[in-house]
Amino acid sequence: MTRRLLTGNAAAAWGARLAATDYIPAFPITPQTEIIETIAGWIDQGEMDAKMVTLESEHSMITAAASAATTGVRVFSATSSQGLLYGMEMLYTVSGWRAPFVLVNVSRGLASPITLEPDHNDIMAARDSGFLQIHCSTCQEVLDSTLMAFRLAEDERIRLPVIVNMDGFYLSFTREPVDIPDAETARKFVGDFDPQNIRFRASVPFSQAVAVLGGVPYSYFRYETHLAAQNGIAVYNELSAQFAEHFGRQYPAIEAYQCDDAEIVLVMLGSFATKAKAAVAQMRKAGSKVGLLRPRLLRPFPAELFRSLLAGKSGVAVIDQNISMGMGGVLHSELAGALYGHPHAPPQLLSFIGGLGGRDISLEEFFEIANVTRNAVAEKHTPPPRLLYTEQELREMRKLQAVAQEEARVERDELNNSGDRKND
Amino acid sequence: MQEGVAMYRIRFHGRGGQGMKTASRILGTAFFLEGYEVQDAPRYGAERRGAPIFAYVRVDAQPINERGVITLPDLVIVADDSLVPVPAAGVLTGLDEHTVLLINSDESAETWKDRLNLSSEVLTLPAEAEDRAELRFIGATCTGAAACLLGKISRDALQQAIKEELAQLGDAVIEKNLARALDAYDSMQAHKGCVQTGPEINANDYRKPAWIELPFDDARISAPDIHASANSIQVRTGLWRTLRPVIDYEHCKSCWWICSTFCPDGAITVNGKKPEIDYDHCKGCMVCVAQCPSHAIEAVSEQLAQHQETSS
Repeated sequence: MTRRLLTGNAAAAWGARLAATDYIPAFPITPQTEIIETIAGWIDQGEMDAKMVTLESEHSMITAAASAATTGVRVFSATSSQGLLYGMEMLYTVSGWRAPFVLVNVSRGLASPITLEPDHNDIMAARDSGFLQIHCSTCQEVLDSTLMAFRLAEDERIRLPVIVNMDGFYLSFTREPVDIPDAETARKFVGDFDPQNIRFRASVPFSQAVAVLGGVPYSYFRYETHLAAQNGIAVYNELSAQFAEHFGRQYPAIEAYQCDDAEIVLVMLGSFATKAKAAVAQMRKAGSKVGLLRPRLLRPFPAELFRSLLAGKSGVAVIDQNISMGMGGVLHSELAGALYGHPHAPPQLLSFIGGLGGRDISLEEFFEIANVTRNAVAEKHTPPPRLLYTEQELREMRKLQAVAQEEARVERDELNNSGDRKND
Repeated sequence: MQEGVAMYRIRFHGRGGQGMKTASRILGTAFFLEGYEVQDAPRYGAERRGAPIFAYVRVDAQPINERGVITLPDLVIVADDSLVPVPAAGVLTGLDEHTVLLINSDESAETWKDRLNLSSEVLTLPAEAEDRAELRFIGATCTGAAACLLGKISRDALQQAIKEELAQLGDAVIEKNLARALDAYDSMQAHKGCVQTGPEINANDYRKPAWIELPFDDARISAPDIHASANSIQVRTGLWRTLRPVIDYEHCKSCWWICSTFCPDGAITVNGKKPEIDYDHCKGCMVCVAQCPSHAIEAVSEQLAQHQETSS
């Protein structure tokens, strides 16, 4: 084991390397490209025994990944944002092939307007695709989750592709100390891929992913995929326990921080949740009983674990770094669905939307979120969803808009004036 | 490693190509070698040479949970003093009386203190005689000085960090960087350890965020459109230039198309028969210098050219 400063991207590449990946189809996109650059370098130097192929799009890349997986080899790939969406048709398609592989997504806000900085609308768009999802909050977790994802994907009770998600910039380009497991221990944990009956071979024809007419076979296949995804909870719990035995690091399906005696609980996904953690630590110092839950597994959704962790709490604030237009925060809706009608469910479930396109969330905002939630509990009244956006920020926005409008006016005036001169 | 040390928050400012990402990594690695928890990261928009970038380093005895931009820095390092008046660079963001500002400039610390009305400590790195385009070692110089000001990094750890981070560049480059970094380290001995960590924000006594309800704006306003045409003229990308192409009309054959065709920014126009460079928007890529078949375009240092302009 070596402890070294690594970016999230390098940590993902280490995960693929230590899992002894055989095949990596690739297509570049910021802020993910460093992952494939790192792997390409290792292959070039003979430090990693794998085959990398660059494809002409993410659509082809995901098709290639799943096709390779159906031959029974271990496959890794990575993408981000617009790239994930470009491959979306194939995400939904290949999960039905029931051939496992691991895809890292580096979250980045979606167009329009186009941006480079992170939020979770890209990964939320893949929510119903049949891929399982593990969400990371540190660079260490990116490496560790990549190893775990292969186990999860390849387990015979599941056999579905898995996405490991990390935030662009906040993890992808950020270096932190990361324990790099030694190759032997990693190999022992991940194990060899036993492809069972997955063995698509030349000269041994069979039909895969056939067409069906009518809802009867269709419903069967789709619901079987759902049942396999749901098996993910039990399998995940087993393998995270084994992971802890091998490496000493604990990764429950939901990370609970300061939650045992908490009255108010914040719920958040991804790397911004570490900012929430820092805020909770400060609030604890100031005597407030606030805690944090951070789901690592989003698919399958750990509903039962959420119910038990939140039983008897007074108020919950979900901070979504995504927005479903016309509805609001996705995690908030999902949690409401998990809690509704259950005894001991917290009486107050508040929705906050923040961090869109990498917009920062300050310590003070976390304090205020807890404060608003505490007031909702006291007044027994749930306030409407709140976008984290300040007066100052709107002023800055108005300034930009004014510049655009003013310029348009100046431009028109100039055109008119020059037209006048020509007419003179 | 000292127990109970609060978190250091350090911000580097420079231009793409001046090595600020590497500088932040060297500092991060040096702290890591001294046994600290570290987080370092660069931040840039479109990756372009000459465009303002910043990088940050957080250092603590405990694992670091805080992430993203540093709004209340303890130490701000500016490799290129021409960035101070560029709003997009955000050099002055969050500076308060405890923040130490280290600036590479041929003007004095007193001048900067006075000019920016700062009550905090300002220290200068004497701008090197070589021109700004050749600031190949400014990253090492900045890191060496910062390492001393922070007071927790030994000369050995600094050297080791430089060797690790620049390993791929070969011994000759490493030697030059080591020499600059150690000189800068030693030059700051009088101020060793002067950087102090900032106060923590109390969860019982904090400034409430002034959240607002975002009003509905109709789509004519709220679509991400810019109605003005040719508004990129407003962005003076000429500020990014470290080298200036200068046309020698004695040698120009007035071919009227080669330089203007190759200019990737459309910053050369041919009026009549003479090419002219739009210095407000020329980014100084020197493609024209390379392409001109009669070698009639010369690359000169932007800084020296500006000095000559102001003194003439």
